[in-house]
Order: sequence, then C-alpha cells, then structure tokens
Amino acid sequence: MGFPSATLLAQSVLSGVFVGALYGLLGLGLSLSWGLLRQINLAHFALAFLGAYLCYQLSAGGLDPLLTLAIIVPAFFLLGVALQWLLARFDISAFNSLLVTFGLTVIIESVIQSIWTADFRRLESTYGNAKFKLGVLYIPVPELLTLALALALSFSIWAALRYTDLGKAMRAAAEDGPIAAAFGVNQHALALLLSGVCAALAGVAGVCIALSYTLAPAQIYAWIGVVFAAVMMGGLGRALGPLVAGIVIGVSEALTMAITAPSWAPLVSFSLLIFVLLLRPGKTQ
Amino acid sequence: MVNAIRRSFISRFAFVGMAVLLSATAFAATSGPPVRIGSTLALTGPLASTALVHQIVGEIYVEEANKKNGFLGRPLEWVVKDDQSKPDLARTLYEQLITVDKVDLLMGPYATGAILSAMGVAQRYNKVLVHHTFGIPSLAKYDAQFPTWSLGSDPAATFPNTLFDALAALPKPPKTIAIVTSKFPSVHFMSLGAREVAKKRGLQEVLFLEWDFGNREFGPIAGRVKDAKPDLVWVGAIGLEGNQLLDAMKKIDYAPPLHFHMYPAPGPMVQAPEGKNALAATIFEEHPPFINNPGAAEFVKLFNERATKAGLPYTGVETQAAASYSAWQVLDAAVTATKSLDDKVLAEWLRKNRVDTIQGKLRFDGPSNYGDDLMRVKQVQNGRWVTVWPKASAAPGATLMTN
Repeated sequence: MGFPSATLLAQSVLSGVFVGALYGLLGLGLSLSWGLLRQINLAHFALAFLGAYLCYQLSAGGLDPLLTLAIIVPAFFLLGVALQWLLARFDISAFNSLLVTFGLTVIIESVIQSIWTADFRRLESTYGNAKFKLGVLYIPVPELLTLALALALSFSIWAALRYTDLGKAMRAAAEDGPIAAAFGVNQHALALLLSGVCAALAGVAGVCIALSYTLAPAQIYAWIGVVFAAVMMGGLGRALGPLVAGIVIGVSEALTMAITAPSWAPLVSFSLLIFVLLLRPGKTQ
Repeated sequence: MVNAIRRSFISRFAFVGMAVLLSATAFAATSGPPVRIGSTLALTGPLASTALVHQIVGEIYVEEANKKNGFLGRPLEWVVKDDQSKPDLARTLYEQLITVDKVDLLMGPYATGAILSAMGVAQRYNKVLVHHTFGIPSLAKYDAQFPTWSLGSDPAATFPNTLFDALAALPKPPKTIAIVTSKFPSVHFMSLGAREVAKKRGLQEVLFLEWDFGNREFGPIAGRVKDAKPDLVWVGAIGLEGNQLLDAMKKIDYAPPLHFHMYPAPGPMVQAPEGKNALAATIFEEHPPFINNPGAAEFVKLFNERATKAGLPYTGVETQAAASYSAWQVLDAAVTATKSLDDKVLAEWLRKNRVDTIQGKLRFDGPSNYGDDLMRVKQVQNGRWVTVWPKASAAPGATLMTN
C-alpha cells in the first residue's frame, strides 16, 4: 500500500475538521450542562435528533432549513427550561440525572419513531448538495455552515461566560452554590436559563445533522461515545474545549482512515481520551 | 444496567414495543382457538428501518390468511416482540415465546445475528424455524431451520460470479476492482468471497478497505477510492452505508464507473441522485417475470398500499419484503400440506418438498437446508430498481448501464 497523496491527506484533514465541528457543537450543550448544572444530560442527543427531524419536517413544508432555526431554537429553549424545572422539582442528583435523561432519550426516540417511522429520512434542500473548490480541495456548504455555527456559538458562549455578569454568576454558582447565593445569585433562575440555552444548542446541532446526514431514530446513540470523549477531553463546563477536542478527534479519525485501515478510526477518540486523562489527571473539570 | 432500563422504558412507552397481537381483523372464515405464531423483529434499534418492512409483510399475511381459512381453519395470531436489534435479547424472547407464550409455531426474526440466536432456541425445543434473512448459510447447522432468502448454500462464491458474469457482458468489462466493506458479518463474508472470486477471474484488486459497522465518516474512504481509480467498486455495505459512501464521493466530485452495493437500504439508494446506476443483489422486483409468479401481483398491491399508509419513504417490494412473504408462504404450505402443527411433521415435509413462493420455487434439500441461488443483479435506472441480470429475469427492455 502506497502512502496517500497530499490531496487525499488535505481533503481528509478538512473532512475531519468538519465532522469535528459537529462533535464540538453537539458537545457544547452537554459540556455546559455537565460542568455548570452538574447534570449529565443524555437527552441532549435525543433533543438534537428531534431538532433534526423537525428541521426535516419544516423543510419538507417549504421552509428553508436554516430558517427553521427561528422556530426550533426558541421552542427548544422552552423545552430545556421545562426539563430543568422538572429535574429541580424532584431534586435529581448528578448521577440520577444520567438515568432520568437516558429514560427521556428512549421516550424521545419512541416519539420520533412513531411520527417519522424507523425508516431513513433525508432532507433535500437547495444548498444541501452545494460545494465549491478551493485549490484542489472541495468544500461542502452544509459542513461549512456547521463549522461556522460551531465556531460562532462556542466563541459567543465563551465570551459570555468570561465577560458578562450573567456568565460570571453561572460559573460562580457552579463553583460554590451557597456562596454565590449569599452574593445574591439566583441559582434557580440561572439554571433554568442555562438549561434552555443547552437545549437550544441541541436544536442547532440537530439542524446541522439534518443538513449533512440521513436520519434514523436509532442514530441517536451512534454519537454518544465520541461526543462524550470530546466533552471530557475539552473539559466540563468549558465553551471552547469541546470544539477543540472535537476537531482533534475528527482530524485524527480522518487521518487514520486515510493512512491505515478505516476500521481503526473508532479507536482513536478513546485512545486520545485515555492519553489526555493520563497526562492531565483531574484537569477535565 | 443501562440496557435493562432502556428495556423497561421501551416496554412502557414504545407503542411499537412489546407484543403486537394481530388477530382482531377477520376471523369470519375461521373458527376455534387461534394458531399462535411467535417471532421477534428489530422494531427499534439500528435495524428497525428494515424490520418495519417485515412487520408490514407479517401483518398483511396474517390478515389475508384470516380472511380465508387461517391455518387449518383456525385463525392466525401473530405474537411479535421487539428484540431491539440485539441478538442476545432475541434469544431471551424466543425462549419466552416458547415457554411462556406457548406459541404453536415460530417465525424467524430479522437479520443474521438474531436468526442465529433464535435458531439455537428453536433447536433446544425442537421447533421448526422458517426464517427470511439469514446471510451466512454455513452457520445454519440446525436441521429444522428453513431459509426463504434463496441465497444458495455458498453465496460468497456463487453471487460474485453472477455479478462478474453480468459485468463481463458489458462492451467494456471492468479490469480493476476496489473492494471496500463494512465489517458487519453477513456483508463482510460476502465481500471476502468477492475478493477471492475477483482474483480467480483475473480482476486486479487496486484497493481493499474495511470499516466498522456504524462508521459515520466516509470522506477519507471516498478519497482513497478516487485515488485508486478502479473500474468497479464493490461496496460491502448494509443499510445506509452505501449512500454515505456515495455522498462522500459526490462531495469530492467523483462518481465510480461501476458501483455495486451488497445490501443497500432500497429507498435511499433509489432516491439519491448519486445512486444512479447503482448495482445490488435481488431475489424479487416489481416487474415481470417476478410479478407473474402466483400471488405476487396481489401482494405487491397490498404492500404498496400498506407501506404508503405506514409512511415508508420507499413503498416497493424488493428482496426484504419478498423473502419475508415467502417465509409465511412456506410455513403456510407445510401446515396446509401436512394438516399438522407438529414441528417434526412440518420439518420432514419441508425437507422433501418444493414450495411455490413469489420469488419462485424454493427447496430445502441442499447443504444447511439451502436450495438454489436465485440471486440476480439489479440496478437503479430512472429512479427505480430493475433487474438487469441474468437476462431471463431482467425487466422488459432493461440492460446493464454504466456511469
């Protein structure tokens, strides 16, 4: 087997960046929820796919896929608020949130299957197949949109957490709730807001999934492993971490596929995770 | 533990979940206690999209049988449970069907892994197992299992030869081949067979790649195929994988001259523009000569209607639906001929007799109870699947096309 051409390697890196951006976008809401709300929200993946199916349905009705964000984002924000209200109402602990949200995932999967069946669905849009050439490299427009959204949202949330009073209050509440409360931080309201934002982020990721992938209900579970790896590598509660880690994983997987046997690629994300945990023990939080 | 929780939620909330009892429609021409036929299907999980086809077929068969004479004048009742695409769960559920639900007869589940699990249980209780989608005949060791997907006993050798015969008849036959394959067992086994056959027939292998089932990213694989410049790409894919690879190829402006897909999801491949001229294996398509087989046209009409009503994006009858319907036909034929529900009697009859099905006459007297290899080659042409090889089975006017 000869060494792959430079074009193949470059195109593979690009492909890895794009898929990594989606890992990062999916991981962003999960990381914030885990790090700042102390909830391991498995339903995040189900919400993303619900968003993808809604995008598919609304687009089939004639709406531009990107315009569906105007409906999906506020609707999912409210869904996230409601979810947080429910979890707070029953005082669900971090570990129990994993179980509760897993149950919620199965319910959402069943709802999706009952509405859209288990068969495959593919969103057809005007720019779904659009691409352009940059030198020898092909740039698909839907993936480029995903990258742009992932970058914009990750940096915006990073800036909001770092520079705004609201963001500082969220970080303070996550760091030490009682002390933050003593300084007048309304933890309950902040948690509702943050949960709404996380669900809205799942909706955005769903639209990106619908733009690039064929949908089936069971695919909810296909993303969990690699996105968890990206979140843990990127650090819990960090806005930029999942994106950076996602891209590192995506590019590593793509290069593995381009150079060696593609069946080795799934080993990459978890090997990288183990490597990071060994080198930086305790630094993922 | 997570699986157990998932199972618990499924049982409570998924209305396609546990037992779907089909008996209420029409027992007008039947009387007595129902004949209960038990099976599982992958109603949820990664195989659910295809299992849905088998669910619709089973519902159609049971309803139509109950409008006539049922089984031996008794109504049919189908007890179908959701194995969640998990062979280990299928094993437990078949055990449950026999010991708790006490079904009279068994019908196979969907896909090789689950069928293998069910086969073990059937063997333990000496039950006949008619099944429709078992992909690796050499693993079927139980003498009372009867396959209705007419692969032949050595499909990894016979089918690639059928395909390469078809391609050899082209004005410009392929000289080089890239074999890229999923490691999904029934597909991987066929791809390894194709590799051997290609070598024997003098096709030069320019690329061989394997990926794990569930792979999401096909960009680098598409790039490697493009760089290898093969005349023919054998895609050992199941479900959506073929579409995902073609989609990735399209993104780098590449369309292979000839591309074969082992077990593609029929709808997405037909509907995708890049699926044009895709080749695949088939045992039945909605055109003559298949449609002329007894009962075929009626079944196609019913399936089309029911699949449309169920909201399936692709409503045509092809391999999956035909193999599934044949399985019910085989069980029906054995019960009718022997006037018995005794598994030993049914097995004995099936070993000695041929059964007319919509895919043709099936026999079960070869190695592993497999009969003839009735697999043909089909191609996406003008937005539909048409059989192109052998010529005797080809759709009227259809010939093999290249990109």
